Amino acid sequence: MERQEARAAWALVLPAALTILLVALFPLVWTVWESLHLHDLRMPWLGKPFVGLDNYVEALGDPRFWAALGHTAFFAVTSVGLELLIGLWLALALNRAFRGRGLVRAAVLVPWAIPTVVSALLWRFMFEGQTGIVNSVLVGLGVLKEPLVWFIHPAGAWVPVILADVWKTTPFVALLLLAGLQNIDASLYEAARIDGASAWRQFRHVTLPLLKPAILVALIFRTLDAFRVFDLIYALTGGGPGTSTEPIALYTFNALLQNLQFGYGSALSVIVFLITFSLAILYIKLLGAELTGGKR
Amino acid sequence: MRGRGWWPAVVLAMLVGASAFPFYWAILSSFTPESRLFQEPSLLPRNLVLDHYRALFTERSFWLPIRNSLIVAGATTIFCVSLGALCAYALARLEFRGKAFLLGSILAVGMFPQISVVSPLYLLLRELHLINTYPGLVLPYLTFAMPLTVWLLVGFFRQLPGELEEAAMVDGAGRLRAFWEVIVPLAVPGIATTAILTFVYSWNEFLFALSFTLGPERQTVPVAIALFRGQYQVPWGQILAAAVIATLPVTLLVLAFQRRIVQGLTAGAVKG
Amino acid sequence: MALVRLEGVGKTYPNGHVAAKGLDLEIRDGEFMVLVGPSGCGKSTALRMIAGLETPTSGRILIGDRDVTSLPPQDRDIAMVFQTYALYPHMTVRENLAFGLRMRGTAAEVIEKRVQEASRALGLDPVLARRPAQLSGGQRQRVALGRAIVREPKVFLFDEPLSNLDAKLRVETRAELARLHRRLGATVVYVTHDQEEAMTLGWRVAVMRDGFLQQVAPPMELYRRPANRFVAEFVGSPGMNFLPGGAVAGVGQGPAGATLGIRPHDLTIVAEGAGDADAWVDVVESRGSELLVYLRLGTKGDGAELRVVAPPEPAIEEERVVGVKFDRARLHWFEVETGRRMG
Repeated sequence: MERQEARAAWALVLPAALTILLVALFPLVWTVWESLHLHDLRMPWLGKPFVGLDNYVEALGDPRFWAALGHTAFFAVTSVGLELLIGLWLALALNRAFRGRGLVRAAVLVPWAIPTVVSALLWRFMFEGQTGIVNSVLVGLGVLKEPLVWFIHPAGAWVPVILADVWKTTPFVALLLLAGLQNIDASLYEAARIDGASAWRQFRHVTLPLLKPAILVALIFRTLDAFRVFDLIYALTGGGPGTSTEPIALYTFNALLQNLQFGYGSALSVIVFLITFSLAILYIKLLGAELTGGKR
Repeated sequence: MRGRGWWPAVVLAMLVGASAFPFYWAILSSFTPESRLFQEPSLLPRNLVLDHYRALFTERSFWLPIRNSLIVAGATTIFCVSLGALCAYALARLEFRGKAFLLGSILAVGMFPQISVVSPLYLLLRELHLINTYPGLVLPYLTFAMPLTVWLLVGFFRQLPGELEEAAMVDGAGRLRAFWEVIVPLAVPGIATTAILTFVYSWNEFLFALSFTLGPERQTVPVAIALFRGQYQVPWGQILAAAVIATLPVTLLVLAFQRRIVQGLTAGAVKG
Repeated sequence: MALVRLEGVGKTYPNGHVAAKGLDLEIRDGEFMVLVGPSGCGKSTALRMIAGLETPTSGRILIGDRDVTSLPPQDRDIAMVFQTYALYPHMTVRENLAFGLRMRGTAAEVIEKRVQEASRALGLDPVLARRPAQLSGGQRQRVALGRAIVREPKVFLFDEPLSNLDAKLRVETRAELARLHRRLGATVVYVTHDQEEAMTLGWRVAVMRDGFLQQVAPPMELYRRPANRFVAEFVGSPGMNFLPGGAVAGVGQGPAGATLGIRPHDLTIVAEGAGDADAWVDVVESRGSELLVYLRLGTKGDGAELRVVAPPEPAIEEERVVGVKFDRARLHWFEVETGRRMG
């Protein structure tokens, strides 16, 4: 009976599993293999010699590589941090409401549903030029004395990037946290109130601990996504001005498909993969510990 | 934070406002003549024209990328949901060795950075002469669409009451019949939601579409919009008009099925 | 209607866990057999093996004269009522009832007739067109029952069907089940963890522990002559009292160093000094029809605890010394090491 079940199960699972194997695992292995060779499509006469870890060494000595990593880390920390804080605040406020439930859902879903490049272009448009809407409003309100050319300054260019990402994904983070909040037993708050805990205390000792799993899940998804950021920056700043907003994924893309340095680009790809993978493992361990060890 | 009736309403208003404003502004601007776009922007509609929309179709054949996106996203969805549903059912409700490992692997693949598989996929597709073709996009799309489908559907199947198949088998149905008569009717809402989400993700995909297509014949909507070039300056009017059109189908889909989508996404996530 | 036979049936899971071992059990035609025991004792596993939902790793199972050990559930002509009822959520009550017959290709008129009969017998006529989600717990349970009855199988299997009902409903449904069984004359294998259910419903009861059968006997025999200490303790509420042999001088030693068992109902409270031993009254609980008295042996109350069920009158005061008398005809002796019954 169980053997029958197992056989049926494998029959069902195999097509999907094989497809994934072919289309994902295999290319990944190939990338690792490529990264160990010199393979520059602009200089085909050099062939494809095996160079061991040379590409990785080159990366470690490449200032543009480190800059890209720095940009990525900055982007990840800032946007995810903001999304968590604002998302948490939103979720808390909305936990009680709720006649406008449909409206909230729509507000959440639509920014999330549109292509990232489109949202990038929307925000680019708002920050564009001397008379774009953002400049006009800020100057009109007296916050700025004269319009800024946002995309000329490295620091300025980050503003629309971070804002666009927060705009697109905060509502989704809020949703995740709201679901987590609604899973918290109301009687815990009542018990805390009877014990004389203030609103802040209740938040610290009831809400936060019980919300940890949801927060971790949100963190996992958002951080991994932030580290892989590509579409947003490609369409908003193109990595500019110069390369001052270039994240690691965009640098890898340029190395591969623009500079046609397949060997070097592959090494960069592998590095990105390893970072993402390590983060994922770290989070899963944290989440696992939280879900099993932390259970009362 | 509790008991203050007006506070949530304020937050709600702010949320809706902040979400909606960029859309409002983009839509408004898409109906504004190019020359007026950067002169004295006004928050209220004035002098609306259809120039940009017309130009999209007369000058840029914008229906081409729309067609391409529909075909690619549609094919990806159909393929992934069919294979993924079977796979997810087995993972969620049948017992077999290696189950946890398989599920873990599938999810892990979903977390691969796309950039890490772009170059080998490019070389592979080039070998197979699939660059700039429909299969040449659907195939790479499976790397993220399949794990997504499986993850969502496993969540849905797990929510079905246990022992249903056993009751059906004791009642006289073989395994296949039990699946068809009892599980499938209950899974239809979950499958529909998964199909919608898969379609949305496929429609929005950018990096692969950018890397594996060469021209308007096969470019998808996000790529076409990102690559709009003007003769002398960036054609913002047309870009915004294209953006509005590009986002219309997914926006409508998502709005129509909001509740299910939110359920599907958060159920899988919060329960892990 | 057939009998069910388990011969040397055992189930060991791939991870080494032994759920059942050496089960030799015979269920007679038309009998109501109850499998009872604490959680993890293997009773559900045994039931599922009879159903065909799990395959034994040793031994064989026969239904009628057929060896069904390797047959799938649909070929065994059994019906099962699950603990969670497992009703088909997307079908109406009528469709739920008809499902099994439909799967076997039964003629439409036969299906119609049987569904109507079952529905009338279980009082489901008013809800035939509703879905399970719209029914109360009791109604759902009856639909689960009806689904089994309609099939007219050789054997009915019940997996803790009453545990999801509230206490009062449970008692009512118990009586209905007994009535139903009498009318249908069916062969029933019933699993529960509740010893009271087992005692009231079963014609014979099989007590299980850690995968092994402890004793198979009619309820009264389990109560009067439990085969070992575990059965003695498990059956009967409040549970049997156990004392080291010789703890009570007047009652004697029994076989060398054995443990003495005596049920709360077989002890009587008398005046201090007038019984086999004196004891200190710790707590008295009034249950309306009787008193449950917690005693501690010895005038200072430093001995073993004894539970006694006493009539509601005369009233017994707490924190006093009383005498306790042992019914000599109701003494049980158990080996200290194995717990086996002696004599």
